[in-house]
Amino acid sequence: MKKTIITVVGEDTVGIIAKVCSYLADSNINILDISQTIIDGYFNMMMIVDANRSVKSMEELVSDLKSLGEEIGVVIRCQHEDIFNKMHRI
Amino acid sequence: MINLFEVSETNQMIEHDNLDVRTITMGISLLDCMDSDLGRLCAKIYDKITTCARDLVKTGRDIEIEYGIPIVNKRISVTPIALIGSAACASTADYVELARTLDRAAQAVGVNFIGGYSALVSKGMTPAEERLIRSIPTALACTERVCSSVNIGSTKTGLNMDAVRLMGDIVKATAEATKERDSLGCAKLVVFCNAPDDNPFMAGAFHGVTEADTVIHVGVSGPGVVKHALSQVRGENFEVLCETVKKTAFKVTRVGQLVAKEASNRLGVPFGIVDLSLAPTPAVGDSVAEILEEMGLESVGAPGTTAALALLNDQVKKGGVMASSYVGGLSGAFIPVSEDKGMIDAVSRGALSIEKLEAMTCVCSVGLDMIAIPGDTPASTIAGIIADEAAIGMINQKTTAVRVIPVIGKGVGETAQFGGLLGYAPILPVNTYSCESFVNRGGRIPAPIHSFKN
Repeated sequence: MKKTIITVVGEDTVGIIAKVCSYLADSNINILDISQTIIDGYFNMMMIVDANRSVKSMEELVSDLKSLGEEIGVVIRCQHEDIFNKMHRI
Repeated sequence: MINLFEVSETNQMIEHDNLDVRTITMGISLLDCMDSDLGRLCAKIYDKITTCARDLVKTGRDIEIEYGIPIVNKRISVTPIALIGSAACASTADYVELARTLDRAAQAVGVNFIGGYSALVSKGMTPAEERLIRSIPTALACTERVCSSVNIGSTKTGLNMDAVRLMGDIVKATAEATKERDSLGCAKLVVFCNAPDDNPFMAGAFHGVTEADTVIHVGVSGPGVVKHALSQVRGENFEVLCETVKKTAFKVTRVGQLVAKEASNRLGVPFGIVDLSLAPTPAVGDSVAEILEEMGLESVGAPGTTAALALLNDQVKKGGVMASSYVGGLSGAFIPVSEDKGMIDAVSRGALSIEKLEAMTCVCSVGLDMIAIPGDTPASTIAGIIADEAAIGMINQKTTAVRVIPVIGKGVGETAQFGGLLGYAPILPVNTYSCESFVNRGGRIPAPIHSFKN
């Protein structure tokens, strides 16, 4: 199964996860895993999602999440998991 | 399962350290386009390029979006045009017509450079090859995207000194033909020794005759990533330094391999090679010189520079080779002056001379690259520079090249502006003693002996 990684980096504020999750629910994207931590005072979140039944194309997902991030004041990226698998796993 | 730390490390490389894939280059064979009629030849070349590379730019963009990794350039390399035009081109003007056709085809598919306006004359020149070489100044002046290269020697054949002498004149004539734009034409012209058939990087890319009909090569980059990694191990010993470079090169190359395989699958074109070169840009934090300075040099050019570069080059290869199933092309750190902010600064502060750059090319790819020299440098001196650099390649069994720009109307102390990824360069002084009687002798330098290595 093709998995997609969504990352959110920025200053912590109320409702970041809520906003991202409701966008994903509206797009019919299932969240498989969420982890988060604070690095150097910055909020870092990673979601592993299944976007195979998404109503949005990858291009739309990337640009929608980018603008959602700009609204909240954080950076949201959405990438195919393979770039991380290839780089960090032999 | 992938973890948050690894994901943020990758994204840090992309966002802050300029990690990108420098180029996806599609190699296209034009051998099946050959024709004795110039009009038909041009039509066949245009059709083949625009058919094979129709989806190249779009596919590159799709991959870029999906994986979140910038792919800076999408490019095309073709079979050396001297061969393709040999039956149809009776004059230099006919060859220029082929250059215009390549330019139009490149524009139609949306690539920024097309390489392969080339001749391979390491042992001798056919009349057709000589015509192509003599057409280079006009061809580069009247096209935007065409890149040219000439291979004038190899370890197996020795050096074709007639071609070396001729290229001195051609570099000078190309500079003259584009003098309104700081002799920009010379930035698109490379003179090689031991040119590889599968190089994805411009301006020296061409699609060798040993290659398949179409093939995808990828050139990675990432000097900023290496520099950032080294900034974490300041003061540590050479073992730690080398391990850090190697691990980083592995990660960078894996991204290149991923992109190459994806592009190859989506385009239905075989995967050729990943080129492991560390390719700088004029952007801050994307410099090979800064890596050397991070290792402990006050400025690139200081004693120790050649050793630092040798170490860097070797460790990049050691890390990269394991990360990719096929490695090829130039595969080494590039040290172009105008395309590397750290190199530009070193030249400006007087720390780096052509002689030191020449020494550096003995241990890395690819040669005297993007170096601006005074516009009044004689053609015979340029031929001498080419001969020196080619001799290094021939004796050391490596690829070397010369891409110098005699900036017409400018002298030492002035700056040449090329724009974009080609950057800008302060003009370096060249040794003014003459080598005219040497390069004018004519003939060939024989192939070197392959034993008694010293």
